[in-house]
Amino acid sequence: MTRLNARIPEGPVAEKWTAYKSGCKLVNPNNKRKLDIIVVGTGLAGASAAASLGQLGYNVKVFCYQDTPRRAHSIAAQGGINAAKNYQNDGDSAYRLFYDTIKGGDYRAREANVYRLAEVSNKIIDLCVAQGVPFAREYGGLLTNRSFGGAQVSRTFYARGQTGQQLLLGAYGALSRQIAAGNVTLFNRRDVLDMVLVDGKARGIIARNLVTGEIERHAAHAVVLANGGYGNVFFLSTNAMGSNVTPAWSAYRKGAMFANPSFTQIHPTCIPVHGDTQSKLTLMSESLRNDGRIWVPAKLKDVERLRNKEIKPSDIPESDRDYYLERRYPAFGNLVPRDVASRAAKERCDAGFGVGSTGFAVYLDFADAIKRKGHDTIDSLYGNLFQMYQQIVAESPYETPMMIYPAVHYTMGGLWVDYELMTTIPGLYAIGECNFSDHGANRLGASALMQGLADGYFVLPYTIGNYLAAEIHTPRFNTASSEFNIAAQAVTDRLKAIKNTGAKESVDHFHRRLGKIMWEYCGMARNEAGLNEALYLIAELRSEYARGVKIPGGLDEYNPELEKACRVADFIELGELMVRDALQRKESCGGHFREEFQTSEGEALRNDDEFAFVGAWEYRGRDAAAELHREELQFKEIKLSQRSYK
Amino acid sequence: MNFTLKIWRQKNAGAKGQMVSYDVSGISPDSSFFEMLDTLNQNLIMSGGDPVSFDHDCREGICGTCSLYINGRPHGPEKGVTTCQLHMRSFKDGDTIHIEPWRAKAFPIISDLIVDRSAFDKIIQAGGYVSVNTGGVPDANTIPVQKEKSDTAFDAATCIGCGACVAACSNAAAMLFIGAKVSHLALLPQGQVEAAKRVQKMVACMDDLGFGNCSNTYACEAECPKGISVSNIARMNRGFLSSKLFAEKEKIIQDSLWDREPALCSPRYMGRFRWH
Repeated sequence: MTRLNARIPEGPVAEKWTAYKSGCKLVNPNNKRKLDIIVVGTGLAGASAAASLGQLGYNVKVFCYQDTPRRAHSIAAQGGINAAKNYQNDGDSAYRLFYDTIKGGDYRAREANVYRLAEVSNKIIDLCVAQGVPFAREYGGLLTNRSFGGAQVSRTFYARGQTGQQLLLGAYGALSRQIAAGNVTLFNRRDVLDMVLVDGKARGIIARNLVTGEIERHAAHAVVLANGGYGNVFFLSTNAMGSNVTPAWSAYRKGAMFANPSFTQIHPTCIPVHGDTQSKLTLMSESLRNDGRIWVPAKLKDVERLRNKEIKPSDIPESDRDYYLERRYPAFGNLVPRDVASRAAKERCDAGFGVGSTGFAVYLDFADAIKRKGHDTIDSLYGNLFQMYQQIVAESPYETPMMIYPAVHYTMGGLWVDYELMTTIPGLYAIGECNFSDHGANRLGASALMQGLADGYFVLPYTIGNYLAAEIHTPRFNTASSEFNIAAQAVTDRLKAIKNTGAKESVDHFHRRLGKIMWEYCGMARNEAGLNEALYLIAELRSEYARGVKIPGGLDEYNPELEKACRVADFIELGELMVRDALQRKESCGGHFREEFQTSEGEALRNDDEFAFVGAWEYRGRDAAAELHREELQFKEIKLSQRSYK
Repeated sequence: MNFTLKIWRQKNAGAKGQMVSYDVSGISPDSSFFEMLDTLNQNLIMSGGDPVSFDHDCREGICGTCSLYINGRPHGPEKGVTTCQLHMRSFKDGDTIHIEPWRAKAFPIISDLIVDRSAFDKIIQAGGYVSVNTGGVPDANTIPVQKEKSDTAFDAATCIGCGACVAACSNAAAMLFIGAKVSHLALLPQGQVEAAKRVQKMVACMDDLGFGNCSNTYACEAECPKGISVSNIARMNRGFLSSKLFAEKEKIIQDSLWDREPALCSPRYMGRFRWH
């Protein structure tokens, strides 16, 4: 049994990172040139890491499945990025950002990592501005901020509703500069399908060239995974169509532990599902909750009349509206954290007060804000989001309230990493959404961009040196070694096994079925009976899938169905682990809501005595149950308390 | 809704391509264009056919992956939207829809409707960034930036790199793509330092990659899903010319050159001062 050692530096939380940086080993520039690093993924974490490591002089290879690094799904992040600059003089500090993040995560994140995140947050803003990221500004020429859920200060920097795009283009620029300088080599349109270990250390990857189908071998002294989250396990999510868990899952199968897989963020403000052929869900930024007010009719007869189109939402008088977030949570109102807002919407809809054709939607109303601030101001703040909504739904949010419903958005769980962001496989790192480390059981808005860039720009470049300093005598690896041969052969065999011309169903058929199981039993609310049912259903799905899937085309050509088939095979296994994790955690915390464990007011009820730990799962073989390891969480700075936003 | 689709099929870069006709039926008007193509592909897979390859990823109009030429227009009939945000309610029941890949020498076909746009990466690698390192940079509020200027820079920075501008252009020029990046960075004090070098390097790279030249039809602006303005091309041309002129005398580029109203130097006017 592997013991989890988070290797957190000694000393007070505010001094740990400084102490670590002073004590960690360095690699001199001549030796850096002899060391190869593979980075998988080019989102905010991957692009910023590859650029920064290339700049330091390491020889970096970076991989993405997209045609260019600039399209990684970080590009779709809308609302903003947090930093403890306190430019608004409203009392912000690194400590407050740290505190809000731990509390927002419902006390299931590691204090030392989160403090470091808050500490480096300011440097991210400085760097991005220097790169030419056009953050929103005041007329005086200085940067402006907006508020986000779970905080009482304005610390979110933003670039209209396209903050992720602008930050990613900044990182992509830095990456492009290193590519031009010859420090980074780009491998686009590649799926990374397996990890290669030599003597227990991560030494390379097996990738498939998506255009030619060629199985490629790449060796390095260290491997960094930045392949994002696994929300697509639900089929319908706000993730991109290609977002997948495969690189992280292949690492799990090779011995990297997977932590808190059931911690999924269901985002409260997405465009509701419209029909059976729907392929993805679209997010409407949380920033809308700054000005939009969420409500449903207070009377069931109005719900009925709305559905029959006898009345419009604006016909319902104020007194007959239920602004349920303002009612239940007067202190934070519409700006409660995402998990709380999502469950509240589900509660109203389950009680029959939902609107829209399906009854699974609530109103997000801008009428007051437009009256108060004027059409033009609202347009400058949310113009592109309103346009996007109108394009999809064919209704104007200027004239009638938006309809929204929660949807899968982000996964807090991921590969277990220590303080240095190293997984349980030496030399294998996980950064950004693909690790578990900073958001506990619920991520606050505008914290994902912060974490991805913190890991890539300011944490990994230090911590990876501490490992590589001991590798300067390790020569470059030969990819014709038996370890690479075995791994490459296993990948080829797997591809052949998945494709079965006699099979009756396509990949999408299985993926939709998996998504329905996960949403129904392991979504916004979970209970023991449902989770056990899910285990049974997933096992059935898995055995069907193992008999093969209908995939046209060949292995050695451009074949998107084959790509999907590999990803879905991993999602099915992951789905099972998520359910097991949700079963073992007999408490409610953050996004993980077990119906058996709630307060009399329907709020999440944690059990700190028994569950204040990170649940890290170790792979024990294809047909064996994974083994749970516990990393006990020590709260020295922050006192655990019932999270209250009332 | 029912549609007849005429789609460009081409196995790979070396194969010969042709238009092939397909019928799809029972499509919801609320379906996106890709959900309609998903339905076609599911039908093809189940009937033992070969599904149509097309590029797509975020399906929310921001990643820039999608790239279809629909009824002769990049990203289809609606203004200001990408193909992934196009919905079938924009078409009439029974319509015949022609679907082709981007057509440009610099964007060779990979398979069916998928083209290789790595030329855009090469142009950015030639200088489409501010040369700052991770590390020692000043506090973000050290240099105030005029809000209007910052907003104009932002407008240029919203380019998603989809290539519709190239596809729309009769010369397959990449001027709007480069103009947007050059303007975005040159309008900000952080990017102005190397603005002159940047524009020269990016334009030289564009020429090497086989993109055509601007002949001022404004088709790029009309078809750009993000509404990037051709005034960015004017700004680039002005920057390019002045950088050439000043470079010889080793003079410093003055801020005002980047600031002046683009109307004074419209692409139509600047077209006469082609640098070839």
